[in-house]
Amino acid sequence: MHDNAVSPVSSYPDSGHAPRGSFFRFAALMLVAAAFFVWGLYASYLTLRNGLGVTNLDNYFGFGLWITLDLAVIALGAGAFFSGLLFYILNLKPLRYIVNLAVIIGFVSYSGAILVLMLDVGQPIRSWFGYWHANIHSMLTEVIFCITLYLIVLSIEYLPLILGWKKADKVPFLHHFGHNLHKLMPLFAGMGIFLSFFHQGSLGGMYGVLFGRPFSFRTGVFIWPWTFFLFVLSAIATGPLFTSLIAAIIEKCSRRHLIPWHVRDLLARISGVLLALYTLAKGVDTLYWAVKLLPRAGLDFNSVFHGWAYGKWMLFCEIFVCGLAPCVLLLVNRFRSTPKFFYLASFLACAGVVINRYVQTVQTLAVPSMPFETWQSYSPNWVEWAAGIMIIAYGVLVIGFSFRYLPIFPSKNPGRAHYD
Amino acid sequence: MTAAKNFAITWGMVIDVDKCTGCGACMVACQAENNIAPATDASDKLKALNWLVVYELANKKPFPEHDVAYLPRPCQQCGNPPCVSVCPVTATDKNEEGGIVSQVTPRCIGCRYCMAACPFHARYFNWFDPVWPKGMEKTLTPDVSVRPRGVVEKCTFCHHRWMAAKDKAIVEGRNPNELADGEYVPACAQMCPNGAIVFGDLKNSDHAIYQILRAASAKGIAFQLLSRTHKKDRRPNPEPQVYYLSRRKWVRDLASFRLPKTRD
Repeated sequence: MHDNAVSPVSSYPDSGHAPRGSFFRFAALMLVAAAFFVWGLYASYLTLRNGLGVTNLDNYFGFGLWITLDLAVIALGAGAFFSGLLFYILNLKPLRYIVNLAVIIGFVSYSGAILVLMLDVGQPIRSWFGYWHANIHSMLTEVIFCITLYLIVLSIEYLPLILGWKKADKVPFLHHFGHNLHKLMPLFAGMGIFLSFFHQGSLGGMYGVLFGRPFSFRTGVFIWPWTFFLFVLSAIATGPLFTSLIAAIIEKCSRRHLIPWHVRDLLARISGVLLALYTLAKGVDTLYWAVKLLPRAGLDFNSVFHGWAYGKWMLFCEIFVCGLAPCVLLLVNRFRSTPKFFYLASFLACAGVVINRYVQTVQTLAVPSMPFETWQSYSPNWVEWAAGIMIIAYGVLVIGFSFRYLPIFPSKNPGRAHYD
Repeated sequence: MTAAKNFAITWGMVIDVDKCTGCGACMVACQAENNIAPATDASDKLKALNWLVVYELANKKPFPEHDVAYLPRPCQQCGNPPCVSVCPVTATDKNEEGGIVSQVTPRCIGCRYCMAACPFHARYFNWFDPVWPKGMEKTLTPDVSVRPRGVVEKCTFCHHRWMAAKDKAIVEGRNPNELADGEYVPACAQMCPNGAIVFGDLKNSDHAIYQILRAASAKGIAFQLLSRTHKKDRRPNPEPQVYYLSRRKWVRDLASFRLPKTRD
């Protein structure tokens, strides 16, 4: 643990709550989010009451929108562990402006993912079997372990922020407890980095090991297919950008300046380099897969794409539009310092990860696995959309209330927001 | 590359595609034997639950060369099962003499990762609560557990029939690991009116399946689904314990991804 461990909030000279913005605007936004949340709750009730037959999932598409959403939010929530690594372990002090928000986004992402997983597994009450009957050969076992343990770590990281609530802070015990918890944060950040790193990879490994599915099967190193490393790299490249995007949305909604531009610039440079590495790795992986792995499996490149929903355009988007283009925008100083290019690049990079997770999840299952089969298609029904949107609404509610009532941003003139 | 598991007894099937008329008796027998509840809407084939499905294959040529074949597909009981290593809760395994891939439904959490892993679509999820119309519960097989909603299930080669055959052998003072040919036969093989499905121990020369497979292999008419065609294919081979026979080359070719450029 670092002796010079700093609390992201209390170490800031003007510690305290940032201005909160209009209550009516806040209440209106929260009401809209709550309405979507209730709609999703109804869909969840139907799923738990009547079974997964109420969804559009079937025996070909055992994974669908919910798993795509899980993988996407977990990748984008990687800002939490990666910002923690940069701030607590590598001591990048400017990130104190963003590290609390990253923790909350991480908490929302992981708790949201687990909520939707509780709907997605057929026997949610048996979920603990993942610990009790663990199959050490399964990538999913590792995911179950890390995802649940990391949520506990994120909850512990979130706790001092909750204790920073004005009324809780007045209770001396809670004040001191919260303050002392801050000192332990580098330890929890370290645990979070370990857990998150491995399950980000295992989520990728889950698809890479499917040797019956040539679309996603990859060779690799020892027990880890290349998708293991690609998932880690894409998550740490886009997680901080997603945190930065959410911060920008909060600034827009609250009309307050919260994060100095130099912090965003630093994140953008780090993410730009990582995204460049990811795009290069993804390009090489795709080339090897198309030229070597697919032909050896008796397939060719054209045979694993079909129509619009499973078309090549997504691969093109993933590598060029959402990979290469944001790299250029983030690495060239002139573009990076222009807010509209910065946010465009952040959005594209995050969209690229979502496309990647969708393709890995759904297209893997859509490609005919036996030569006499035909392509099948999947589109989520309203139950799946409602439960998926419920998770996003849940995120808006948690982040909204946290921003309004908890000290997540340091206050006092943190810099000029570029959208002014 | 992972090697297939080896057992002294290896229960297997040889299905003669040329003898199959696609009547579906095997599917019905399987359904009745294994307590698979009748579907409320059986028209939704992707949500229906059938441990064994008969696929229709066509050579897609115009008349008079047009030809069709019917291919029954039970669980292939792979020697190297793609589904076993992925299950997070060890609800499926291949570790029992006989080489049948097990499915422990009371342990299954219904994550469906095994379904994603199986290229043969041999695994099925219980999307709905199983309901038997009034009176039909009397038709349930007492030796087969019914499964609840939310778990994955699959063909077990009527494992309970093997247990019954072993019990009978023990009672009669015989070695239960040396069952005679035909003492243990799954419902689908028993019900096939054309004798298209032959079942037995692939390693026992006293069993008909052993001789049939040897003869068919010698003639080059035996094949496995998704058999490897490229020596540099680095994927583990599932190595199914279910073999197919066809004297028609287009049927054999259709069962594996054979592109001209990938042939050895």
